[in-house]
Amino acid sequence: MPNTRPTSPHLGIYRWRVNMLQSTLHRLTGIFLCLGALLVAWGLIAAASSGAAWNIFATFCGSLIGMILLFLWTWSLLFHLCNGIYHLLHDMGQGYGPARRDREFAPVYWKAGWSMIVLSVVLTVLVWLFLVLHMTGGAA
Amino acid sequence: MSAYPGQDGLRTPLKVARGNGASGTGVHHWWIQRVTAIALIPLSIWFLFLVGGLLRATYPEVLASIAQPVHAIFLIVLSACLFWHGALGLQVVIEDYVHTRWLEVTLQIALRFGAVLAALACVMAVLSVWLTGTGYY
Repeated sequence: MPNTRPTSPHLGIYRWRVNMLQSTLHRLTGIFLCLGALLVAWGLIAAASSGAAWNIFATFCGSLIGMILLFLWTWSLLFHLCNGIYHLLHDMGQGYGPARRDREFAPVYWKAGWSMIVLSVVLTVLVWLFLVLHMTGGAA
Repeated sequence: MSAYPGQDGLRTPLKVARGNGASGTGVHHWWIQRVTAIALIPLSIWFLFLVGGLLRATYPEVLASIAQPVHAIFLIVLSACLFWHGALGLQVVIEDYVHTRWLEVTLQIALRFGAVLAALACVMAVLSVWLTGTGYY
């Protein structure tokens, strides 16, 4: 049956705002983190199964593709976390409203939006710096 | 003639509306999404530290870590919140982008089955490691 319900106007009619990027990234990282949740499930089930099953899981995590995915999952988690906390503040009405969305009225809004992205990247680099040092530097 | 659509005879607008709308449950999804999000803030930060500490761990060390009561309990709560929160999020994604009715319903049902299955599997895995001890492998 064809969809006869009204649809949203095309995105192109809206003036670009940083919250569009936040919203899109929040959704994309959320979907990607659901796959990460399955990796957590795999790890726990492997640990409960046998040493051989755990080794398969650990080998995957240590492989190049596994490391790339883990890096992306780290950033996704940290962005979703930072932006999620920001979202909860919006839910409480903090910094939210028509006047606050416009660059002319509230440059803080844009800075806050971009800072979520910057903060998540910085935190990801810090986490992986710690991990690399931990892996190579012995007792850490 | 009535001033309200759907009203005829003695039926009030409330009678017409009752049972046809959100009936007070419309905010349930919104609230659970927020409650699980708040729970996941400390849990996910804790989980990052847990994984960071286990990077060079051997299999028995991993089992011993999971079997610590505090770790086991946090992992169980994390699993429940993670898959609940994820299912609520993916539910909205499916609602927004899948407009073919049979496919949408199929995906929504599959999502619920998958989320409950994965969450239960995680909980059972943690419980089995926790309750059977660490040296059975």
